[in-house]
Amino acid sequence: MTPDLIYGLTGIAVFAIGLVGALCAQDRLRRVLALKLCSVGAGFVLVVAAWRSPPADPDPVPHALVITGIVVMVSATAVALALIRRLQTLEAEDDDD
Amino acid sequence: MPDLVAFISAVLIAAGAVFFIAGTVGLLRFPDTYCRLHALTKADGLGLALIALGIALTASSFGEVFRIALIWFFVAVASATGGHLIATYARRVDRAEGKEGS
Amino acid sequence: MTDAAILFDLLLAGSVIALAIASLTVRDMFAAIVLFVIFGLLSALAWVRLSAPDVALAEAAIGTGVTGALLLKTLHHLRYVTGKLGEGPARGLTPTAPVPAGVIWANAAFCGMITLGLALAFLGAPRSGPGFDALVAEAMPASGVDHPVTAVLLNFRAYDTLMEVVVLLAAVIAVWQIERGLSDAPAPALGEVWQGFARLTLPAIVVVGTYLLWKGSEAPGGAFQGGAVLAAVGLLLLLSRIYVPQPAHRGLARWAFVLGAGAFAGVALLVSGGGRVAFEYPAEHAYALILLIEGLVTISIAVTLAALFHGREPVAAPVPEGRNDT
Repeated sequence: MTPDLIYGLTGIAVFAIGLVGALCAQDRLRRVLALKLCSVGAGFVLVVAAWRSPPADPDPVPHALVITGIVVMVSATAVALALIRRLQTLEAEDDDD
Repeated sequence: MPDLVAFISAVLIAAGAVFFIAGTVGLLRFPDTYCRLHALTKADGLGLALIALGIALTASSFGEVFRIALIWFFVAVASATGGHLIATYARRVDRAEGKEGS
Repeated sequence: MTDAAILFDLLLAGSVIALAIASLTVRDMFAAIVLFVIFGLLSALAWVRLSAPDVALAEAAIGTGVTGALLLKTLHHLRYVTGKLGEGPARGLTPTAPVPAGVIWANAAFCGMITLGLALAFLGAPRSGPGFDALVAEAMPASGVDHPVTAVLLNFRAYDTLMEVVVLLAAVIAVWQIERGLSDAPAPALGEVWQGFARLTLPAIVVVGTYLLWKGSEAPGGAFQGGAVLAAVGLLLLLSRIYVPQPAHRGLARWAFVLGAGAFAGVALLVSGGGRVAFEYPAEHAYALILLIEGLVTISIAVTLAALFHGREPVAAPVPEGRNDT
């Protein structure tokens, strides 16, 4: 049992949970949440790939990739949430008519 | 001497953890928002202070102690403000629902 | 010692998985978002354990803090439009038609296969094999900074980072287009205590954000973490109504959005003359150039994230009563 094994499997489990949620959730907001879980799971796997047992320094390249991924994910989330808000507004207007 | 400091630090951190557990039990078991807030803000405030004190004892420089103190201060202020906002919101929802129900 | 640490790892991993499941299954959407925020913070803690403090800072500040604020803002908007203040899942979000059992089973089988494949690939792959560490360590003296992750982000793989800044720019353009011409949902009044909190923490956040940016050249931190912390200044200003976005400020905001990507690409092109390729900084100026790019990118990130939180372009005549009243 080493940290990389534990957290690597955690990452895959989180990715799987996010995948199930993204496909099966009925609520739009929750689907966005599920996709974000997927990205965190992928981040776990990359961070584990960068890990070296303690005296050695970790590999900085996957770390930079995960940071890039986090920023790209927040951009995608913001656009998705704006689309959800817009859809909801349009549906509310349709209901009023 | 370092052993004694490490021991005191461990005792403080363990005591802090006990307060966190008490706060979590309160959060899960208490019936309404206000009781839960009471459990959280009281227990976590003290728990965090004890843990911060415990870590500060093992710090190697004054700068570290200062940073730990700053973290404690801002977390305490943020949790107090958050508790206040949650309580205000809960009261507004209660009033709105009370009016709807009658 | 090792056993206690492994026990901690197992507990943390279990909590992370349990929180992920809980945030997708709990009925109330507000509770789901709160659970997601806790999930993100615990993930960041796990990444600290895997000696990735830069990634942990970015996840805590951007992936959890800013994303959580965006989700809560959207939930508030959905509940305001739907006109339901209390608890329960926001109405109007759920399609009424039930999903056929066959579709659910197909989804489950698909997810199971993907997960099984991933797990087998992960267990079969050589762990702790030689990566890019040696290459990076070798090239570090020429990078101009002392922190490997910053060197990779701003020097060795600067194209990636430029792309990421451009993605952020594209996101804010898209959000402004999607909600073009809409008026604001009135924000809740947060009261005196909140105002005092904002006044107390604002200067501290500015100091922390700048410190993270400055420290990034030699220790964990950098433009993205610093930018996200500074974006919190924008969130506080917007939430406390100290700053209300004006239509007249749109031009300034656009300049701020473009500043980071523009400066980044500009520096890349300027150093590319005289036999060098883009991003091949001259060694004696590397530190100054990287710091210049990081500083401008940080401003851009902070303004962009705050604008993404605000969500829509400020329009000429904000109508206080929404258009849904009639």
